[in-house]
Amino acid sequence: MSDRTARPGASLARTIVYFAHPAHHQSHANVAMAKAAQSVEGITFIDLYAEYPRFNIRVDIEQERLSNHDIVVFQFPMFWYSTPSILKEWQDIVLEHGWAYGQGGTRLSGKRLLAATTAGGSEEAYSDNGYQRYPIRTFLTPLERTAGLCQMAFLAPYVLFGAIRAVDDGRIPAHVTGYVRLLQALRDDQLDLDAAAGMDTLGPDTLPLKPEAVAHG
Amino acid sequence: MADFLLLSFVFLLAGIVAVPIASRLGLGSVLGYLLAGMAISPLLAALNVDVVSIQHFAEFGVVMMLFLVGLELEPRALWDMRARLLGLGGLQVAGSAAVIAAAAMILGQPPTFAIAIGLIFALSSTAIVLQTLNEKGLMRSDGGQASFSVLLAQDIAVIPMLALFPLLAMPELMDVVAPAADAAHGAGAAHGDGHSDEHAGDHGGGMSLVDGLSPLPRVLITLGAIALVIVGGSLLTRPIFRFVAMANLRELFVATALCMVVGIALLMTVVGLSPALGTFLAGVVLANSEYRHELESDIDPFRGLLLGLFFITVGAALNFSLLAENLLVVIGLTIGLLALKGGVLYVLGILFKVEGSSRWLFALGLAQAGEFAFVLLAMATANSVLPASLAGLLVIVVTLSMLATPGLFILYDRVIAPRFADAQTQEADEIDEQGTVIIAGHGRWGGIVNRILRTAGYETVVLDHDSRQLEMLRAFNIRVFFGDATRPDLLHAAGIEQAKMLVVAIDDRNQATELVQYVTKAHPHVYIIARARDRNHVYELYGAGCRDIIRETFDSGVRAGRSALVALGMHPYTAQRRAHDFERRDRYALAQLASVYDPSIPIHENKPYVDLAIKIREEQEAEMRSAPGGFGKGEDRSWSPPTTADVRAAEEGRARASGE
Repeated sequence: MSDRTARPGASLARTIVYFAHPAHHQSHANVAMAKAAQSVEGITFIDLYAEYPRFNIRVDIEQERLSNHDIVVFQFPMFWYSTPSILKEWQDIVLEHGWAYGQGGTRLSGKRLLAATTAGGSEEAYSDNGYQRYPIRTFLTPLERTAGLCQMAFLAPYVLFGAIRAVDDGRIPAHVTGYVRLLQALRDDQLDLDAAAGMDTLGPDTLPLKPEAVAHG
Repeated sequence: MADFLLLSFVFLLAGIVAVPIASRLGLGSVLGYLLAGMAISPLLAALNVDVVSIQHFAEFGVVMMLFLVGLELEPRALWDMRARLLGLGGLQVAGSAAVIAAAAMILGQPPTFAIAIGLIFALSSTAIVLQTLNEKGLMRSDGGQASFSVLLAQDIAVIPMLALFPLLAMPELMDVVAPAADAAHGAGAAHGDGHSDEHAGDHGGGMSLVDGLSPLPRVLITLGAIALVIVGGSLLTRPIFRFVAMANLRELFVATALCMVVGIALLMTVVGLSPALGTFLAGVVLANSEYRHELESDIDPFRGLLLGLFFITVGAALNFSLLAENLLVVIGLTIGLLALKGGVLYVLGILFKVEGSSRWLFALGLAQAGEFAFVLLAMATANSVLPASLAGLLVIVVTLSMLATPGLFILYDRVIAPRFADAQTQEADEIDEQGTVIIAGHGRWGGIVNRILRTAGYETVVLDHDSRQLEMLRAFNIRVFFGDATRPDLLHAAGIEQAKMLVVAIDDRNQATELVQYVTKAHPHVYIIARARDRNHVYELYGAGCRDIIRETFDSGVRAGRSALVALGMHPYTAQRRAHDFERRDRYALAQLASVYDPSIPIHENKPYVDLAIKIREEQEAEMRSAPGGFGKGEDRSWSPPTTADVRAAEEGRARASGE
């Protein structure tokens, strides 16, 4: 713990981004985020729909990828209050019993899972009084529990609310920049995980970076 | 010549008339042949035909049948049978012989007579039992397998019996026997004489390598002959058939197969072994060969004809006058024989855990005396083991017990099997599991199908008529059989009756269509997957009755199109969806157009076809233009997120709801 804070950048956390979007030409924010993420050095980027257009996900390859990384990012648009189907398929078959969970299933233990998602409704809509009736974290509880069962830490999700109108509102560039900073901070272990644990969601303006990282910035 | 033609005609006609009637009445072909034989016996007597010598000729059908049985049985399977073969089979022979001998002694026969009778009657009829079991599809059932083990063991047991018989000879007893029936004496003797003449050759009499040799060389020669069959069978078959295949003549294969069986039978006869046993062994050796099905389909017609002839002669040789004179005695002896043998078999069935209806099948099926009894009775008379008068009577008992067998099978079918209905369903399931997939044509296409099926654990039988292809595949350890899949007999040998599926992957498009046509009609239970060369061939195959048709180049074309889209920059998932959509539309059009396709008119002159094609195209274009869905345009309906208006409407709706 102490040596990581002492020498930031010396031990890079290995980060992998799983991107799932079934129709790139209809994307408002995700394709831009994905492009930016691919340009971040030192992280692994996987476009699941491109890698497995016929859904024939290779469990052994995916498990090896997971073994080689410490931080797993799911980047996806919320659709029907869930992940796109390929990401669910990925969870269904890659997170095997005896490997990811259950007896002897400790291979993901200690790793971290972060959801980077976009939602059509506004932040107000995702509240007890909003028209979606529940906060966004409620809709992400399946992922949160999945992480928990795999003994992974579930970080506060990085969310773009009102994604449908974000282009008109000009909020995309800031969100993309924030995404890149988040990925870099994860990679360099500069995200203040304790602070992040106390937050509901992360946004480009509310990234809890460690003091020395802020100082560097 | 005319005699020969007349005789052939009479035998063939009798079979052709009687067997279908018997089958229709549910009596089975064996009883049909037997009845046909009885019907023509007066005619044969009038023509002064030597029925018994014809019978010996026809017994070669048994040899062929055992060859075919061997072909079905891989060496491994035979080895797995060893416990049953020795235990069950050995005990059956010993037990039945002992019980029958005891009964004979109780009836007042001297001990040597009794032992001879016991041994003779212990054997069952391989011909009747195997033929009936195969016909009823019971061969693979537990009872069928147990019966087969016993029959095989009996075939082996004949060899020591033949050696033992001369030791039982007691010429002084011959006079003691009361001249029970003088008229019978003549008939029995005639029967016996015929046998002894014919069988001199069969069992080491006339032409023999081993007569007069001391035991050691004799054993060595015998073992050498067996080794020759095994080694020759496994090493020579391939080069011989490859050589014959060069001539590319169907009848040459038949000739080769016949030559092989006859040759082995001859070799076995010369060294004093049972020819049936020898050919059985050869069959087992060849069970793993890729020429197995070819051999099977070549030999099978001869087997069928000869066995039919054999059964006819059994019926025809029944001595009615002797039967009439001793009616009650003979019937009593026959019933006694069936009861004793059946009883021994039933007890053995319990000991060897033959369960349920199978035990009854086993006990009733093998209760008769067999064709070997004729041979042994003849030999017994010739060697003064039994008096001719007694032998003549016993021949009738043997015949009657064989005649009764189809009746016992009917009893099993109608009365016993239904009571074990549960056990029967289980048996049926077992057979079901062994249902195989026949793949006709193991080229680039059929080979892929075969590999996929085999890795999934399915049994496949691959037929290919290209012997070079065959050689190549064998180098890669792929099991294929030589043969032209369009021949019904070869399909039969490959097990089309039990098969679940036929994959038609032969190159010639017309042959493929004919094959589909034949199998849909003759074996409607078989699911057919056929490869079409092109769109028109699809229609031809559809017309022939196939409903699962795969175009050989369609899928690769679709894949190439998909690859092209990806290479041009389209996202792989979108490209996949487009390719999928194309496939769906094309298949729909193809299925619709099949109904108006007419092979006799070129497509562009077929008005309904052209009209429908245009109609479908217009429909599909309209569908593509009007595809619904949020941002979805055109035909991509993969993803339709809400619009700005939707979000606003939702927010306003909620605001109104909370404002009230």
